[in-house]
Amino acid sequence: MTGLLSVKDLRVEYLTDTTPFVAVRDVSFDIADNEVLGLAGESGCGKSTIAFAAMRLQKPPAFISRGTIHFDGQDVLSMPVRDLRRWRWSECAMVFQSAMNSLNPVMTIFAQFHDMLSAHQNISRSAARARAADMLEMVGIAPDRLDSFPHQLSGGMRQRVVLALALTLRPRLLIMDEPTTALDVVVQREILQELVSLKEKLGFSVLFITHDLALMAQVSDRIAVMLRGEIVEIGTTEKVVTSPQHPYTRDLWAAMPILDAPVHEAPHAG
Amino acid sequence: MQDNIPIIALENLSKTFEIKPVFGARRQVHALRNISLDIPAGRSLALVGESGSGKSTIGRMILRHYPPSSGVIRFRGQDITTIDRRIYGRSVQMVFQDPFAALNPAHRVRHHLMRPLLLHQPDRDPDEALRALLRAVDLDHARTVDKYPHELSGGQRQRVNFARALAVNARLIIADEPTSMLDVSIRKSVLGLMRDLKKEMGLSILYITHDIATAQYLAEDTAVMFGGQIVERGPTGDVVGNPQHPYTRLLRAAIPDPAIRLRPGTDSFARQVEEVRRLATTAVIGMSVVGSGHLVAEH
Repeated sequence: MTGLLSVKDLRVEYLTDTTPFVAVRDVSFDIADNEVLGLAGESGCGKSTIAFAAMRLQKPPAFISRGTIHFDGQDVLSMPVRDLRRWRWSECAMVFQSAMNSLNPVMTIFAQFHDMLSAHQNISRSAARARAADMLEMVGIAPDRLDSFPHQLSGGMRQRVVLALALTLRPRLLIMDEPTTALDVVVQREILQELVSLKEKLGFSVLFITHDLALMAQVSDRIAVMLRGEIVEIGTTEKVVTSPQHPYTRDLWAAMPILDAPVHEAPHAG
Repeated sequence: MQDNIPIIALENLSKTFEIKPVFGARRQVHALRNISLDIPAGRSLALVGESGSGKSTIGRMILRHYPPSSGVIRFRGQDITTIDRRIYGRSVQMVFQDPFAALNPAHRVRHHLMRPLLLHQPDRDPDEALRALLRAVDLDHARTVDKYPHELSGGQRQRVNFARALAVNARLIIADEPTSMLDVSIRKSVLGLMRDLKKEMGLSILYITHDIATAQYLAEDTAVMFGGQIVERGPTGDVVGNPQHPYTRLLRAAIPDPAIRLRPGTDSFARQVEEVRRLATTAVIGMSVVGSGHLVAEH
């Protein structure tokens, strides 16, 4: 068995009034330690379903009908619920789609850190506060923001808070489901730059889900392209960018509004 | 050649909001500072900037959602506050960012389009008008007309929103981030739709976006905003291809480029962002000409 996360022949179906709808059809992939795997595809192709299933967060009517998910050798699908609760977030955390809205609007930032910390460890309030302050600083937010409510922060800051929350317990795998889709390009770039630096510092693997292939190519080591519940192409970023094999991948590239002409003197983070 | 009067012109427009919190002192937010812009009939202008830069405020003021603090908005040369609300309202229509929230989930596509058609084009055969409308936005009549919004994809819903704006015979459409909630793979087709509407029906479009990469698909001219001010404007090719203002360059550089891989430990981008933001918030003292119609702000 190789890799940190190993998904084999995973099938996820949704119960409907008639025959079950197969959202993810026999998908297999691995993520190695410290690797960023990008998962691309259009809405409804099953990307998010995979993200949820990988943490066993799928809710009825969705169910996993076959396949296995192993995390560092442990069978996630047969894990007892108590172990599962411990495993989630401390080993494998998630930044949800529209993460900006995944914070509780009536709790301060600190209360949300405290909630999560006390669910996983026996930790005093003051220790939790120190820990939360550290994490905020790490993502570039002043610790005096701990007592702010989510609506008092900008979208980009909320996104950083969500990232800090996800990384507090030092998970080995971070699942990011469309983490920057609602942000403008400059803020998006800042956050991804942050992610890349944090990954270097802390060391974790990422399952990076987005429909934006260009963005994905900037951060991923390998890219998997999904179409109607199946992975139609998987390979190194370089290969998927320069010589996409599957016609659908080529279509995706062709549909991207990419600037035609290169610009001189444009600053970049080289 | 049509007459030279622009369909919409903003003259020295400013907007100050007064925030009165329950606790604490009231304070003023300068949402727009001395904005001057115009859109010639049948053309489109891309208004580019980050969230909070004031671009949506401009859109809403053109729609008369709130009055300017100072300055004038003219529609075909006439101050919009002097135009009958009904007439003005049908000439200028908005397409919103969220195609899911903008349609009533309890009604079919037919209802959404039939109502404006009956009210605004009463002498036309409604069924024929409905068919023409759906054809204009590239939707299949048989397959969409009896669908509810949740049965349509985001791109299809956005097409219905454009059809609704056309149903009242709008001449200017304000499209506020119409593609930002859509998949990258269908953005281009919605941009294409807007381009066709402009070409075939002579519509003018104010395209509000944070994605400067999409501007060139649609807009002849582009204006870049930051902190309630316009920092650069001109023909899209010049603004996007040869950006002069540091903020425009930053926007341009932040567009995801698959050829550039992000590396850890390079804080240069973050530092640059801070510097540029600081510069761009200072007051603009004038615009200098750097090319034909291409203006850049001086701070």
